[in-house]
Amino acid sequence: MLNQPDPFSRRALLQHGLVMASTSLLLPSFLERSAFAMAHPHLSSIPGVPDERVLVVLQLSGGNDGLNTVVPLFAPEYFKLRPGIAIPERDALRLGKSDGLGLHPAMGSLRDLYDDGLLSVVQGVGYPNPNRSHFKSMDIWQTADTTATGNGWLGRYLDSECCGFGKGESGAVEQDQSGGGPSSISIGRTAPLALDGSKVKPVAFESAQLFRWSAQDIDKDLASTYDTLNRRGILATNGGSGPKDTNADFLLRTALDAQVSSDLIRKAVARKPQTTFPQNELGNQLSMIASMIGAGLRTRVYYVSHGSFDTHSGQGGANGRHAQLLRSFADGVKAFWQELKAQGNDQRVLMMSFSEFGRRVGQNASQGTDHGTAAPMFLMGPHAKPGVLTSHPSLRDLDEGDLKFNTDFRGVYASILEDWLKADSDKVLEGRFKPVRVVKM
Amino acid sequence: MPHALRQPKDVRPEAQVSEPERDSQPDDKISPSLGAINPEQFGYAQARHLIWRAGFGGTDEQIRLLVRWGPEKSVDHLLNFGEKATMPAFEPLGAGQYRDDIMREPTDEERRAYRMAQQAQNEDELARLRNLRQDREQEDRRQIGEVQKWWLKRMIQTRAPLEEKMTLFWHGHFATSYRAIENSYHMLAQNQMFRANAAGNYGELLAGIIRDPAMLAYLDNNDSRKDRPNENLAREIMELFSLGVGNFNEEDIKQGARALTGYTFESNEFKFRKNNHDSGIKSILGQKGGWDGDDFVKIILGKRECARFVMRRMYHFLVADMPPDERMGASSVGPATRSVLRELGDMLFARKYNLKPVLRRLLLSHHFYDDTIMAQQIKSPAMLVVGAVRGLETPVRDLQLLNQAMDMMGQRLFFPPSVKGWDGGRTWINTSTLFVRQNVLAFLLSGQLPRGVDGTANTEKYDSLALLKASTDPAVAAKDVGAVTDHLLKLALGRAPAAGSDAIRGYFAREGNQVKERAVTGALLLITAMPEYQLC
Repeated sequence: MLNQPDPFSRRALLQHGLVMASTSLLLPSFLERSAFAMAHPHLSSIPGVPDERVLVVLQLSGGNDGLNTVVPLFAPEYFKLRPGIAIPERDALRLGKSDGLGLHPAMGSLRDLYDDGLLSVVQGVGYPNPNRSHFKSMDIWQTADTTATGNGWLGRYLDSECCGFGKGESGAVEQDQSGGGPSSISIGRTAPLALDGSKVKPVAFESAQLFRWSAQDIDKDLASTYDTLNRRGILATNGGSGPKDTNADFLLRTALDAQVSSDLIRKAVARKPQTTFPQNELGNQLSMIASMIGAGLRTRVYYVSHGSFDTHSGQGGANGRHAQLLRSFADGVKAFWQELKAQGNDQRVLMMSFSEFGRRVGQNASQGTDHGTAAPMFLMGPHAKPGVLTSHPSLRDLDEGDLKFNTDFRGVYASILEDWLKADSDKVLEGRFKPVRVVKM
Repeated sequence: MPHALRQPKDVRPEAQVSEPERDSQPDDKISPSLGAINPEQFGYAQARHLIWRAGFGGTDEQIRLLVRWGPEKSVDHLLNFGEKATMPAFEPLGAGQYRDDIMREPTDEERRAYRMAQQAQNEDELARLRNLRQDREQEDRRQIGEVQKWWLKRMIQTRAPLEEKMTLFWHGHFATSYRAIENSYHMLAQNQMFRANAAGNYGELLAGIIRDPAMLAYLDNNDSRKDRPNENLAREIMELFSLGVGNFNEEDIKQGARALTGYTFESNEFKFRKNNHDSGIKSILGQKGGWDGDDFVKIILGKRECARFVMRRMYHFLVADMPPDERMGASSVGPATRSVLRELGDMLFARKYNLKPVLRRLLLSHHFYDDTIMAQQIKSPAMLVVGAVRGLETPVRDLQLLNQAMDMMGQRLFFPPSVKGWDGGRTWINTSTLFVRQNVLAFLLSGQLPRGVDGTANTEKYDSLALLKASTDPAVAAKDVGAVTDHLLKLALGRAPAAGSDAIRGYFAREGNQVKERAVTGALLLITAMPEYQLC
């Protein structure tokens, strides 16, 4: 299934060697390691972990209203506090055996996944002393740190795979012996903090067609000089002393990354999907991710954002603005899983969705909802533990009008790290968080 | 190699690598002095730095003019833009009249017609009324496109570049997006308010923002009433516009939101609705009283932390990358930078938030011209695009396309990504925005569009040889390849790095060592695709 280019061709050596070099400041040892790895490909596999495992993160930006997503039909307070925007009981899509819960009526596609045993619903997810600032709370989720400091949690995971604790050199070696590709890819203009590691940096782009220098079409003579100038990143190191990493060094490295990634990624997304994706931004983005997975890029984490879910006014109930956002989400996700199944790659992939916070239980004066706290997370895929996990927070026992969380999001991360990615969650999360088992064992 | 300001990412020591202690890397090589530099220290590099940071770059002749003027005259010229003839307020581009009332609220009569149609269940009439509204929305989206083009053109043409630069700063600081408010006139009016106080008084801007229809709509204050205050505006004012995290608490937000109730607008004008205002006693930042929104602003301005916070944001925009404020512990910038920031922040406070004296001090200071500050800032997309036209004198070609490219590079004017504005610094750059940056320069220089972009190539001629005519170096005039290479590199990058020199000379050699327009344009395509071109 995966491409196996001749690992000893000069091109492959150069490409893969450079991918790694450019993601690390520690160049000389890396080149050594890379050459070593090519001679010893069997060292690459992590015992017990299929090499091809992928995590796709779908971020619902702006604070998704969890209460209108997984609706607590069991709670009369829900209808009382939301006279203008509550989902009527008759419209909600009941979740199988679990009494008193229903999905938003726009999420029929997600209910299909649920019926097929591909969806896990984790309820009441949050963290202590919730922060209601979009940016702060998003940073907390992305760093897995309640002070919102440091690198991203997935960046730390990828750092650990590449050249640090636990897994030895597997991340680095992996890139050498297969189709290549960056460790993480974000579809969008800017890369999220979550993917930002000390050593491993994400690749981010919106459209693959623009992922190359256009002046080579003006004059072919320019291309070789351009290549020379943009592949100097290999020189932009200074013995690994991070603090002296200037903006100029950073630009040289990014330019090199861009050259190397350009060929790989443009080839990958040129693959046409077998499934019809919804004609909207999220649909296109999920289609691109499916194509890249299908092309065998050795990318571990894909990241995509949807929204804005910041529905302070005119949120709507069973129909309206929020409904539309949820419909795009559900339809896009369903198409994504159909495509992966058609490719035969569905077993390799786990998908997680989250938002920086839920919204207040009571609606506001503008037929909307203000920033709140706990909300559900979804895990999707054949390896997600199916069903409704954890219980819905009480709508009677509120904290100043907000739900009290009962599940720490870092427990969900811990399970993904331990059970899916086979990483040491204590180290990555920099603390012990009891895993909330979201992966089918 | 120059020593850089440390990035927040680098502060965290990696457990698994034993390296020299990172916190022992002070910025003690950066000058902490805010004393003015001497005229003899103000050479080509310094003048070029000034015209980039206090504007959008300039031509070789403009830079040499500033050198002749010396630092004081140059800085005063850039700062005192109010005295020069500035451009007319708004000249809509394109055909058709600009309408400032197109997104007005429905009149009573229109509401009545809609209600009647609803009651009569007259679906055709309802659809007709809805279509009318949609037509106006569509027309206003066209209008915001015109406003975008107008501002970009203004940045390119202005004789007062610092005015536009600071207007852009305030746009990112008090970030408001058309996407949420869907009213191009409100965005334009806000832009004019920023421009009127571009280097004026921050206090007036903060007082203006709570009366600004665009902001009131963006942060939902128009829906905030006594019985149900909306906290959005009070929160963002304290967190992002004035004090920064850590200098207020949740209770201050709640009380501030009460003070702001009733601050709303009607059509294009601010309106205070007394009936919706909560005139009760509130306690804000330790002060008790029957405060309204203007008192709320005054209480904030009375805090020294406010001046320091605003100063940090300006420093990040004009001088060097700063870690985001939320993450800025005392240790995340070095002592020299810290002392400069404190001194300037306190000066802003002492001068009652008048910006000009503080900017003057900064732009003349030793610190500002430090080697580690010059040519180390990553250009914003606006600086990249405007700077290329102003400095390399390329044709403008297509304002709409340039706006689209700016969107892809992460800076769509009037559409900041969130109320936090643009983060700037390294967040502008990733592998894909780097390609867009190279490609927009290729478009400006050659007129050629990248594959996958709709539209036809622009055929306006770019006279690259004109860049050589201005040079005072006889070897450039004589079309000596080495001299021409260095001239072009210095113009575009401020210096001629060896790797660039070798590569460009090699390119000229393959072109037969002929300094012709085609080859000079080719050399510029290559130079502007160099990673170093992203810096200013």
